[in-house]
Amino acid sequence: MKTKMLLAVVTAGVMFAGSVLASTLDDVRARGKLNCIINTGLAGFAAPDDKGNWTGFDVDFCKAVAAATLGDASKVNYTTATGKTRFTKLAAGEGEILSRNTTWTFSRDVDLSQTFIGVNYYDGQGFMVPKSLGVKSAKGLDGASVCIQTGTTTELNLAEYFKGNNIKYNPVPIETNAEAQELYKAGRCDVYTTDASGLYATMMSFDNPSDHMVLPEIVSKEPLGPVVRHGDDQWADIVSWVLRAMMAAEEKGITSKNVKELAAKDNKDKEINRLLGKDPLQGLSKLGLSADWAVNVISQVGNYQESFEKHLFPLTIKRGMNALYRDGGLHYIPPIK
Amino acid sequence: MWRNEKSREIIVQIIVLFFLGWFISWLVMNVNANFEALGKDISFEFLFIPAGYDINQYLIDYDSRDSHLRAGIVGLLNTGLVAFFGIILATVLGIALGIIRLSKNWLASKIAYWYVEFTRNVPILLHILLWHGIIINTLPHPRKAISFGDVTFLSNRGFYIPKPLAESGIELVYLFLVVAIIFSILFSKYCKRKQDLTGIQYPVFWINFSVIFFLPLIAFFLSGMPVSLEIPALKGFNFRGGMHMSPELAALTFALGIYTAAFIAEIVRAGILAIDKGQREAAESIGLKPSKVMNLVILPQARRVIIPPLTSQYLNLTKNSSLAIAIGYMDLVATLGGISLNQTGREMETMLIVMLIYLSVSLSISALMNWYNSKVKLVGR
Repeated sequence: MKTKMLLAVVTAGVMFAGSVLASTLDDVRARGKLNCIINTGLAGFAAPDDKGNWTGFDVDFCKAVAAATLGDASKVNYTTATGKTRFTKLAAGEGEILSRNTTWTFSRDVDLSQTFIGVNYYDGQGFMVPKSLGVKSAKGLDGASVCIQTGTTTELNLAEYFKGNNIKYNPVPIETNAEAQELYKAGRCDVYTTDASGLYATMMSFDNPSDHMVLPEIVSKEPLGPVVRHGDDQWADIVSWVLRAMMAAEEKGITSKNVKELAAKDNKDKEINRLLGKDPLQGLSKLGLSADWAVNVISQVGNYQESFEKHLFPLTIKRGMNALYRDGGLHYIPPIK
Repeated sequence: MWRNEKSREIIVQIIVLFFLGWFISWLVMNVNANFEALGKDISFEFLFIPAGYDINQYLIDYDSRDSHLRAGIVGLLNTGLVAFFGIILATVLGIALGIIRLSKNWLASKIAYWYVEFTRNVPILLHILLWHGIIINTLPHPRKAISFGDVTFLSNRGFYIPKPLAESGIELVYLFLVVAIIFSILFSKYCKRKQDLTGIQYPVFWINFSVIFFLPLIAFFLSGMPVSLEIPALKGFNFRGGMHMSPELAALTFALGIYTAAFIAEIVRAGILAIDKGQREAAESIGLKPSKVMNLVILPQARRVIIPPLTSQYLNLTKNSSLAIAIGYMDLVATLGGISLNQTGREMETMLIVMLIYLSVSLSISALMNWYNSKVKLVGR
């Protein structure tokens, strides 16, 4: 009797597991909304505006995926996660995408069974100090108290960099960016370290941003990108091609303003035609997307450049590594063929 | 079989046990099935790979190249440290407040009353954040630290005091200390026997105290003061040298101690009130001083009532210390259950270990207190 019951339990478990494996796209469409996991608050990337709506560079990406799959960029439920809870939340199915300044590393990709679908922001870890401290280089930080956001690659980079340069320091681990800012402002730490983008975002939120500076050293490579769960290749393809479509649009000069016009006419550049659904794009039906998927993304959210300039230029962040390859940056988009 | 009360009880228990076993195996199976679906396995190998992160307070040597296991042990010791300080503070403050609360002095009693009502009705997390906020926002930057004779410093990076360093010749002091302690133990036993036989009392405490204090002191001067002080000094961003108590440790100790003291005060008060007033009257009528009435008659009896609930307060304090993560104190939850969890992604494994550790720590405290309880409980005569 007991074995029978156990068998029943196992069967139930397997069936439950089976339902988890159903197509993510079907789940999203059935729900009518995309669940997207974002930062708890980082100006420029994901922060609530005056009206309480989430806005930012990472939020735009959630909207873009919603536009491609549901046809409406506003159909997104946002779930916030700290650096610590984000992977657990993604694994537990609280969202279909994790769009939260997440660094692509080997062990996160392989050991945590996640799929990084690309890089939407090339970053690197830096240090912010008050100008009054009189420090000009990270090498001069011997003995300093350093505020770190936990649950990130930051801790490991910091330990490796300081150990490599034989610098002693006093780590003060903090759970969220907001708390870390408070401690930094109160003078509990001499230095705040996180990805350089985060430092600029934090600095701009201060009363006197000019009293602080980011040191020239960038001590790590932080390719940030959206993440999905392992096991649904269709979904991973959709998310990654939405990102590429936004970048390809920048490359081809397609913007939210002219996309409708370009989609209506026959362009000389056939890649524009394929992207905007004028010419057939072979294999699109396998993704389960309609022909106007990219038009929806670009018209409702904009291309990569528009999103970048809207959210990150106010933080004085430059394109730098995040320019397209033809402008000297690192973003190189596979052809839309 | 069902009619027989004894066998019926057994059958019911077997059924309950069966369902319990079924439920547990269902949980395990469910976890396994879901882990498999997510492509995850359960493995503890991560414990032995280098942790890669630094910890700001360690009681045993620790370096970022050490393993996650060692990082976890460092965190556990930090938990132990704050629980130890917290329990001492809570006990001393709690007992004092409990007694003051019952005093006939109206003002003192009211102050103790308001203390208890205010602190125990505010969540512990707020206590912790409040103390941390007070320390880092009101104390000055290390460069403007409050200094006491240029050897002890208060700043928002913590408290620095000189650190005694033993030099050669210190052995004599240790030897004298051991001799003094052995003497005190023997002397106490002698005096007790003497008092039992003759009723004569000696000032045992003061004699023992003097011996333990002055004998090593004499040895200290005889051997030419073999202790040097390492005085903290401001170098660069922070103080170096000396003994350091971080703002996080201080805030956590104050918060846990002060919060738990309110509960202990109530327990002590209840314990004292539980003693029949005839005991007090009888003790007073044979002419004992009020302090003797308390120490020799009331407290020894009240202790039996106090110990069991006091144990749960100690357990609460230890478990509450896991809120340390809110202010960045690197305890067990912050190291093994925090950064290690993140870096390795082994949520299930780290959480299981952390839970098991808390369970065994709590059971140990409980066992210790039960042992003490059995020592002080009423001996059947």
